[in-house]
Amino acid sequence: MMTKLSDIQNQVIWNRLISVVEEQAMTLLRTAFSTSVREAGDLSAGVFTPDGLMIAQAVTGTPGHVNTMAEAVPHFLAEVPAEKMFAGDCYVTNDPWKGTGHLHDITMVAPSFKNNRLVAFFACTAHVVDIGGRGFSSDGKSIYEEGLLIPIMKFINAGTVNRDLLNIVHNNVRDPDQVIGDFYSLASCNEIGHRRLIDLMGDTCLDTLDHVSTFIFSRSRSATLTRIKTLPKGQWSNTMTVDGYDVPIKLAVTLSIRTDEINVDFSHCDGISNWGINCPLIYSKAYACYALKCVVAPDIPNNAASLEPFTVSSPPNILNAKKPAPVSLRHVMGHMVPDLVFGALAKALPGQIMAEGAAALWNIHISVRPIEGKDGQHSEVLMFNSGGTGARPSLDGLNATAFPSGVHTMPIEATEHTGAIVIWRKELRPNSGGAGTWRGGLGQVIEIAPAQDHEFDFSAMFDRVHHPARGRDGGENGAPGIVQLNDGTPFHPKGWQHVPAGKRLILKAPGGGGFGPPNERSPDARTADQVAGYVTKE
Amino acid sequence: MTTHPIRLGADVGGTFTDVVLNTQNTLISTKVLTDHTSPEQSILDGIQMVIKQAGIRFSDIDSIIHGTTLATNALIERRGAKTALVTTEGFRDVIEMRTENRFDQYDLNLQLPKPLVPRQHRFSVAGRIDAKGQELQPLDKRRLEALADELDRNGFDSIAIGFIHSYQNSIHEECARDILTSRLPHVPISISAEVSPQMREFERFNTVCANAYVRPQIEDYLTQLQNRLTICGATCPVLVIHSGGGLISIETAIQFPVRLVESGPAGGAIFAADIAARFGLKNVISYDMGGTTAKICLIENCKPQTARTFEVARTYRFCKGSGMPISIPVIEMIEIGAGGGSIAWVDIMDRIQVGPESAASDPGPACYRQGGSRATITDADLVLGKLDPNHFAGGAMSLNAGMSKRAIARDVGDKLSLPSLEAAFGIVEVVDENMANAARIHAVENGKDISDSVMIAFGGAAPLHAARVCEKLGINQCLIPAGAGVGSAIGFLKAPFSYEAVLSRLVRLSNFDPTTVNDILQNLCETAEGFVQDEIIDRHAKIKREIITFMRYRGQGWEIPVVLPDRALTHHDIDVIRERFRKNYAQFFGRTIDSLNELDIEIVTWSVKVSQNQSKPAIHKLLNHGKTSNASNDEILRPIFDPSSNSIRDSQIVERAILSVGDRVIGPAVIVERETSTVVTSLFDAVCQNDGSLCLIRKEC
Repeated sequence: MMTKLSDIQNQVIWNRLISVVEEQAMTLLRTAFSTSVREAGDLSAGVFTPDGLMIAQAVTGTPGHVNTMAEAVPHFLAEVPAEKMFAGDCYVTNDPWKGTGHLHDITMVAPSFKNNRLVAFFACTAHVVDIGGRGFSSDGKSIYEEGLLIPIMKFINAGTVNRDLLNIVHNNVRDPDQVIGDFYSLASCNEIGHRRLIDLMGDTCLDTLDHVSTFIFSRSRSATLTRIKTLPKGQWSNTMTVDGYDVPIKLAVTLSIRTDEINVDFSHCDGISNWGINCPLIYSKAYACYALKCVVAPDIPNNAASLEPFTVSSPPNILNAKKPAPVSLRHVMGHMVPDLVFGALAKALPGQIMAEGAAALWNIHISVRPIEGKDGQHSEVLMFNSGGTGARPSLDGLNATAFPSGVHTMPIEATEHTGAIVIWRKELRPNSGGAGTWRGGLGQVIEIAPAQDHEFDFSAMFDRVHHPARGRDGGENGAPGIVQLNDGTPFHPKGWQHVPAGKRLILKAPGGGGFGPPNERSPDARTADQVAGYVTKE
Repeated sequence: MTTHPIRLGADVGGTFTDVVLNTQNTLISTKVLTDHTSPEQSILDGIQMVIKQAGIRFSDIDSIIHGTTLATNALIERRGAKTALVTTEGFRDVIEMRTENRFDQYDLNLQLPKPLVPRQHRFSVAGRIDAKGQELQPLDKRRLEALADELDRNGFDSIAIGFIHSYQNSIHEECARDILTSRLPHVPISISAEVSPQMREFERFNTVCANAYVRPQIEDYLTQLQNRLTICGATCPVLVIHSGGGLISIETAIQFPVRLVESGPAGGAIFAADIAARFGLKNVISYDMGGTTAKICLIENCKPQTARTFEVARTYRFCKGSGMPISIPVIEMIEIGAGGGSIAWVDIMDRIQVGPESAASDPGPACYRQGGSRATITDADLVLGKLDPNHFAGGAMSLNAGMSKRAIARDVGDKLSLPSLEAAFGIVEVVDENMANAARIHAVENGKDISDSVMIAFGGAAPLHAARVCEKLGINQCLIPAGAGVGSAIGFLKAPFSYEAVLSRLVRLSNFDPTTVNDILQNLCETAEGFVQDEIIDRHAKIKREIITFMRYRGQGWEIPVVLPDRALTHHDIDVIRERFRKNYAQFFGRTIDSLNELDIEIVTWSVKVSQNQSKPAIHKLLNHGKTSNASNDEILRPIFDPSSNSIRDSQIVERAILSVGDRVIGPAVIVERETSTVVTSLFDAVCQNDGSLCLIRKEC
């Protein structure tokens, strides 16, 4: 009986650990300067065992960090020997291959000591506004052009901030106050996690997390394996072609479902691009795991054991880019990975897997300035926009909704306060959802102009312009995206380009693919589409 | 003749309508079933009952204070008026596109809540104001005239107008309203600059749509109520409680009915705040647990915590983001799906889970034997001995413990090879931890340390769980007030007249112009006082103002509250404001930001709250040391599971009615009364207070 009551106790502590990391994430959301963190939730937070295994991770945040951060802590352990760790320390890196895939993401890890004994690590990641180099764009030809790389080092040494590091950062990034603000915000986030953990251990009379983590790992592992056992066993492959930068890129996957493992293999993908759209394997893996977890084990919390049965392999290629490949926009390829994996899963589980969607966010970075001789304001503006998601086996796709990314858009009223631009339109794009028994989600139309006496450059990071989201099981493709000036001049979907004063940039984000034959769509649903104007043609 | 005003409070809830009459020294209350077709009938029935008991007539009542869930229910059940939204060209889909986010990252079959106003009822008009409030493009008046005819033809009952940046400059919204009103004089029109002048278009547009959506229904109802009260002979003013916990007139409520959303729960928080004032308690956490949910609110210096925006009508397991945002001043409460009827189950990791699914009162817990068969919190409480099966609801209903045991064994125990007793303990432990956790997080998010607080627990299920929740939170004292079953309606009687006016206007400290700022504040004061001054019956009552700004470092997205002095501001105040901000920031987030250069600080939102001054001295001192009760001559004992010792203990059963002031009941014990039972765990004793409240006090304190 006592063992059973201790199970209940362990369960209660597990729930509290999850809320400790949620609070850690919340602290980051509220103190962050970077728009992508505070408005869009591009962050992650988690707690780890002293030997670097992830015990719990905040749900707040985006799937790109599901697995990346889980594997980051062992890299820190390899660099900072245990005898050099002190209470009040906080370590940092933005190495894309040891952190989360590009230089803009700063990862911080802090040890948590109780009575002079190392009991846990806290880790968190956030996307900062700038990291120097060519900015958040595809234009770097190697990692060295993409900005400052901070190797694993101490940001805080026993409570004392490393001013040398701050000085280097201050002299290498475009908006130093905000970037340094985010360094502090990340450190606070780990500090809050540590304080809550110590409270929790005090309340529950724990000296270590050993028993609890063993409990969490064994329950999570066996639940995940139970789910995997219910799947058909075998190998299924899929390929998908996406726009890339200058030439189309073929992505390929082979999924092997075994009794106790699902392996995702990216052999046969195209090689490294010359542009910053390459993806380190750690980030490709994060999105592959995310896709599999959505289908196989959506209700099992992320931790070292629940992620363990999902493995990823690949020779070097665009989804396993090695240093010094440029990787700044690694999210564009990374966001395609779930659709790629779903394509293979749809063969294993026919009729059960959603169609392809817009996938990659239609983010835009705008650098706006007054035209020569006029007064005005110089500013950097980042906007997050989403196309439509793929139709589901018994539901339409979601209109203008982020998937697989977990980010939010920001209000245009807030965006217009951050820089001299006017957003003239941001609304649904009729007729963009792929027809089907279930219709793909609609994309959206956005029109952006420089404010009076201003002009802007923008970094395009758009995909599915030449290769739309494909329908499934007879469903039609979603509408491809369009990037142009209001006079009809087309823009390149990637790279830095210019919008002069008096003109408007028009973005039409892609729609999701349909599911099932269009002629099987119910008459009621067709009428509703016409009445609402989602579809304006027969 | 009485000099003490006779006040009546009525809380129209989803199931019951509570009516409370407060005369000289007595409080008479009743509960009647809510009549959903004519809710005013329930109020009239309730009033008849209490005035009869008090021996007075309708005309003797000096004021009627009223709260209702009608507005909330109309939004949840989507039973509002046929509403049109007139909005800026290019932004027709703001309320449908929401934040472009999925509230559950792992659910591939997620369905987003439908917009209040469907796409075919949303109409856009050219005309644009920029972020600084300047006109970029004139309003298309001819289009509006044509639109008026179209709206007329289509028979809309209510119209909402929401234009981009109208919180900066409302001229286009006002002009559009004038054009539409002249052609559609009988259709009520709500504009976002009046309903909710806060930045963020999705929240503001949704709020103005919600206002328009419930407006005709609330107008009919309130007008009907007032007429019928007049016919019955009532001559007093009828006032309505708003979501911020203050009173407004019926006229204001008809214009801004969205301010009635969540007014019932607000009553509960005022009830707790009043008790906090009575005992002079500085830090209080109120804990209200009913049949389906538990609500927690922080009360500091006798004032409930407020917020400027909240979410209603969550469609998916109380999940954040699955409802709709309403941007109005509101008493901030967190609500979790944990009530007496919450259902227990076991997940794939063999973890006990509770809720958010609830058996509510229909079909009810298994022990009710009314059709419910699944294991609920109430079933677990019964198996643990916390409830007496023969004296539930004052003996009105007998509970069947056998049914509870069977349900718990089947749904939880057998799956985990746990005997029913341990399974029941597991269920209750999980739900108590969920509630404690929610409270802990809420406190931390507000920069507070909860263990310094006193808990005030009310609602049918709270006294059964309060002691254990206090154990988990490190709280040493918990008050269980008398009359806790009709707490919200009693709370209404204590509410001050108040109104909070809120405006978004970005001002950086580096660019702080006292003239502009004083103008902003002056306008807000006039707006807020306009609503309050006309309504105060007692002309001698003092008015107090609170001026709060919401500030952040430039570049951040989350603001923290900073109180400003109530006087004309000068350049010298910049340093004062900066220092107050830095102090609050450090309290919230551990440390201020010491960048290599000084970061700019900005004010995003301004709020002026005007209320009738009600500060009253603490009347009672909390009694910590009572004499051990020997009230019960023949001691009754019942075996009850005690969570802190993990064992069954013989516990004393005491009738609350026979306790006198200063009596101390030693835990473990259960204090029983008609409405509920208070469980005193072995770590606590209970002391009966001067006002009839029970105070649970931790033994070592």
